[in-house]
Amino acid sequence: MKILYFAWLAERLGCPEEDLPLPQEVKNADDVRRFLQQRYPEQAAILDDPAALRVAVNQQLVDWDYPVQCNDEVALFPPMTGG
Amino acid sequence: MLVRVQDTPFDASEELSALLRTAVHHQAGAVCSFVGLVREYRQNPDGSQSMLRAMRLEHYPGMTERVLKELVEVARVKFSLGAVRLIHRYGLLKPTEPIVLVITASRHRSDAFAACEFLMDRLKTDAPFWKCEYTQDSATQWVTARTSDNIQAERWRDDPQD
Repeated sequence: MKILYFAWLAERLGCPEEDLPLPQEVKNADDVRRFLQQRYPEQAAILDDPAALRVAVNQQLVDWDYPVQCNDEVALFPPMTGG
Repeated sequence: MLVRVQDTPFDASEELSALLRTAVHHQAGAVCSFVGLVREYRQNPDGSQSMLRAMRLEHYPGMTERVLKELVEVARVKFSLGAVRLIHRYGLLKPTEPIVLVITASRHRSDAFAACEFLMDRLKTDAPFWKCEYTQDSATQWVTARTSDNIQAERWRDDPQD
């Protein structure tokens, strides 16, 4: 699974993008978030509150219960501040 | 319908002139435009202000264009638009430079005004852009999303057409 991060989330995790084989138990976007908390234990706190972050699957903004598959592109980022 | 996401500056008056030249083909009786600019100061949480040196806009290439095109299409149908021009910058911007431009053309002014507001409100919460501010004292700060922007965007969601 391709995972992308943007803005301060990319800075804090130290990388904008990575390719990760996901464990079998990861079924939806929220599972991805929890999986990343385990992968980045020192940054777990910034991934703690799903309401404070946004998630897109295949470049479409989705809710955290949205199902994911291993060939999906999943992006996590802070609320947008364009315009 | 024109959507552009670019790292180079644009000239808002040239864009407006270009649309006005073709307005007759779109049977437009009303053209409304909005330009968002980089402010010269950053408002600090304690109420003080810091002078801005620059602003950097990060975006999600691919998704950004897709979201903006979808919003333009929704606006076109919802407000019977004859023409739309939406341009958004990314990359490094200096104070007073235009960030975003929305021009809407419709038969009547109420639709042109509403479409312009709709596009700005929704792109603020839906288009994947993030602002990072650089102040004169060399501090770098990511801009945090405002609750008022969410409320502004939400009022368009009650409509079953959307």
